[in-house]
Amino acid sequence: MSDVQDRERPTTRRIPAPGRNLESKPFWDAAQEGKFLIKRCTACGEPHWYPRTICPFCHSSDTKWEESKGEGEIYTFSVMRRNTPVPYAIGYVTLDEGVSLLTNFIDCDFDALKIGQRVKLKWSPTGEGTPPVFTFTTA
Amino acid sequence: MSIKGKAYVAGVWEHPLRDIPHLSTAQVHAECAKGALEDAGLSWGDIDAYFCAGDAPGFGAMSMADYMGLKLKHMDSTETGGSSYIVHAGHAAEAIAAGKCKVALITLAGRPLGSRTGFGDPQTRGERFRMAPQGGAGGGVNEVPEAGFENIWGGTTHNTYGMCAMRHMHDYGTTSEQLAWIKVAASHHAQWNEHAMLREVVTVEEVLASPMIADPLHRLDCCVISDGGGAVIMTTPEIAKSLKRPLVKVIGHGEANKGPRGGKDLDLTFSGAAWSGPPAWAEAGITPADIKYASIYDSFTITVLMQLEDLGFCKKGEGGKFVADGNLISGVGKLPFNTDGGGLCNNHPTNRGGITKIIEAVRQARGEAHPKVQVPNCDLVIAHGTGGSLGTRHGSGTLIMERE
Repeated sequence: MSDVQDRERPTTRRIPAPGRNLESKPFWDAAQEGKFLIKRCTACGEPHWYPRTICPFCHSSDTKWEESKGEGEIYTFSVMRRNTPVPYAIGYVTLDEGVSLLTNFIDCDFDALKIGQRVKLKWSPTGEGTPPVFTFTTA
Repeated sequence: MSIKGKAYVAGVWEHPLRDIPHLSTAQVHAECAKGALEDAGLSWGDIDAYFCAGDAPGFGAMSMADYMGLKLKHMDSTETGGSSYIVHAGHAAEAIAAGKCKVALITLAGRPLGSRTGFGDPQTRGERFRMAPQGGAGGGVNEVPEAGFENIWGGTTHNTYGMCAMRHMHDYGTTSEQLAWIKVAASHHAQWNEHAMLREVVTVEEVLASPMIADPLHRLDCCVISDGGGAVIMTTPEIAKSLKRPLVKVIGHGEANKGPRGGKDLDLTFSGAAWSGPPAWAEAGITPADIKYASIYDSFTITVLMQLEDLGFCKKGEGGKFVADGNLISGVGKLPFNTDGGGLCNNHPTNRGGITKIIEAVRQARGEAHPKVQVPNCDLVIAHGTGGSLGTRHGSGTLIMERE
């Protein structure tokens, strides 16, 4: 039988609730409804990440939210193995829309992660009353 | 207007301590300033410009300037993380060249081991690995634009630099053995530095056998964590020539910012050095082949490798080959680097290594480095730094100096 300490040890890293502001609120409100939004500029046609009101490429204010399937591939990753109660994998995913975002990989074998591997969005809860966050798992 | 030859580094001083539980952070800043003034042969009343970054306690430059009793005509609290002080040196040279000030002081100091705000309470030490700002966690209002999208993922310096190393290996075939050679070279230098935290010479095998911290970086790919500090005094050609120290002048400077830039065409295999280097080389009118000694920011081994490529010391992607087989060891290889042992072995005061990069480059240019690592006829030197995170957003500073 394992002792109490063993039983209480977490098996996955608990992801904190995200800080929000007026500009990012629509993203997180949608996340609470299970929708994953990115921003696209109507003027230049380019998507960008993280979402901004003003396009970081052409600086038009004409940007629109659009729903993404949350599918893409691993650009890079690193598994944190020390100074943490439980290992976790941080990395960048390049979405099929062409933008790359920072995330955590969950529910997968960290030792089998590979650059170029297909991944898909899998929301992770952060607690009652706070939005879930956009983690990814292997497709 | 160029700053070439218009400002001189008159004084440098590095705090000898690496664990400072018994002094306030402000006091360490002031001790560094005093040391640099004495090195230059100048006095407190000569200082008319002050440069500091986020490690200076209080309100921008105001608190420390007032603490030290300075009356200023020029001040600058540009914050680019660990590279801030290299950026400051360029800004000080600009201000001196423009006639805005005559004697500029730059300080760095901090006590991550002793706790900046406490009384050396060891309970606060667990926080020292976390990247700032960690705001964004907790779900409240946060006005840092990227905070909610990035600061929740457990990003630390280790794993964000690890991501860069992982992609560099993927794209260019760089190996852990090649990265290990950077630590090996630093350790060869640190053995001669009585103040260095890690003075034992290590082998490639020992680096590879050290525990994996954040793939693919081992413990010995990471710099030390230390208290400490340093200061630099810069001045006009006229004042520099009136002093009794060797003449070391700034001949080129560049700075740059790099980040994920809207997530388009993400490329973590190069650093801001690719943008801060070219203007510095152009201003100096020299090429990497002319450099006799290089201080290269070494928060991690991968940081050094990428910056060497981006500064043009070798072709992009060939950094692994360039650093292997002792090529960075003074007296052995073609490009002696970080002869004080650098961040990897000597110190990394308050997780910011920019000022010690300038200080060791000036020691080399003056011929005042340790005799075992002094580069002969060391007339052209470079100090380059990356501050923030290579894997997210960072600021780069490049400073090229010449001894007359």
